[in-house]
Amino acid sequence: MSPNEQILQYPFAYETALEPAAEWTELRGTCPVATITLPDGSQAKLLTRYDDVREMLADPRFTRQDLFGGTGNSQGTATTSAAADTSESPLSVPKHGEDHQRWRRLVGKWLTAKRMAALRPQMAAIADQLLDEMTGRGSSADLKAHFAFPLPVYVICGMLGVPAEDRDRFSYWSDNFLNLTRYSAQERQTAVGELVAYMSGHIAAKRAEPTDDLLSALIEESSGEGEALTDGELLSTGVALLVAGHETTANMIGKMVAMLLADRTRWERLLENPSLIRSTVEEALRFDANGGFGLRRFLTEDVEIGVEVLPNGTTVVCAMAAANRDETAFDNAAEMDLARTPNPHLAFGAGPHSCLGQALARTELQVTLEVLLRRLPSLELDIPATELERLEGLLVGGLSEVPVRW
Amino acid sequence: MKITVDEEKCCGAGQCVLIAPEVFDQRDEDGIVVVLEPEPPHDQHALTREAAAVCPASAIQVHDTP
Repeated sequence: MSPNEQILQYPFAYETALEPAAEWTELRGTCPVATITLPDGSQAKLLTRYDDVREMLADPRFTRQDLFGGTGNSQGTATTSAAADTSESPLSVPKHGEDHQRWRRLVGKWLTAKRMAALRPQMAAIADQLLDEMTGRGSSADLKAHFAFPLPVYVICGMLGVPAEDRDRFSYWSDNFLNLTRYSAQERQTAVGELVAYMSGHIAAKRAEPTDDLLSALIEESSGEGEALTDGELLSTGVALLVAGHETTANMIGKMVAMLLADRTRWERLLENPSLIRSTVEEALRFDANGGFGLRRFLTEDVEIGVEVLPNGTTVVCAMAAANRDETAFDNAAEMDLARTPNPHLAFGAGPHSCLGQALARTELQVTLEVLLRRLPSLELDIPATELERLEGLLVGGLSEVPVRW
Repeated sequence: MKITVDEEKCCGAGQCVLIAPEVFDQRDEDGIVVVLEPEPPHDQHALTREAAAVCPASAIQVHDTP
């Protein structure tokens, strides 16, 4: 039966953790607008071709549909969108047009490439410290638990000025935001309430006693004259940054290292030529077959995609990971080419809602490779790559563990 | 080579600055693109083209000049 006649269950099942879903190639070829059933039983349309996904993501008329009926915010990306997607009212920042652009620029100026580059030495110091602890315990470990997960948590906590000691609580809250299946609506509501209370407390403390961090800077601006965040926007921005800056990059670090070690000639090529680190990070983002759920758009007008007209009211899921393997957009799309240039992948989305934290994520991923190549050149997977397991139920794709030895 | 940018389209992703920091920067006040070298020297052409090709907002235009 052709996929045109089917309603597919989404997300798709995968045979192994690092390989793309079998459906992608067929859908891109013959059914670029597929009908799918989402985990909650509702129907949506799935886009898998590069051009369609890019155009839909960049279309300024449409924004994300919120997962749990709340009003979301607007930093859509492969890695941060899921987190932001799930914020519920009272967690809302402007989603459309000029208001969205104003919010984005007020926050985005703190996340520029130059500011992130200035954080490199701190990131590298954290990475070194984590590796000291990991290698002090033996010659094998789960890289996810000991490195990939804590690194971005420490970095975002440092940026926001919240104590990293509270990271177990952040993990629970963020898992609650990002996991589609594990928690009840009641649990989710409780977690959101706790996180909001936690962040409100921090904002109050920073108001009373500002320190040198992003939250304090945003507070100072919001109490001044001119354009600034409202109190509600400040709160939801803090929550969104904490959640978005957390699990997303952690999972990407784990997947990137796993992909490079799954075919160790890739790792060896990097050891020989570390100048490939930048393009390798981009290629890992493109090649990641386990990119998560994809980004949703809720159509508020009819839209033509190819020959098909999607009516107003349709929910569209943009499968960026499938689009990133589109042979019409990338030569030898099924090959991981560490030197691929240019690499206009869609892992961070595209257009006015593309990931606000992408310079941060890129910098963390680059620092990860610099430090791992320097410290652990003998790194290898401790299990066959085919035995790596996916995290199930998460909006953000990830591996449950990345067992390595050195 | 000449570069023009569309500040309205720019989404502040910073890809251009990460790729070609001698040609592009972001404004301190809102993270929007600033062109440091509107006519970049030859040794910056490849990076400039790459930055334009991967801009998530397609906000950078490269114009070839004779």
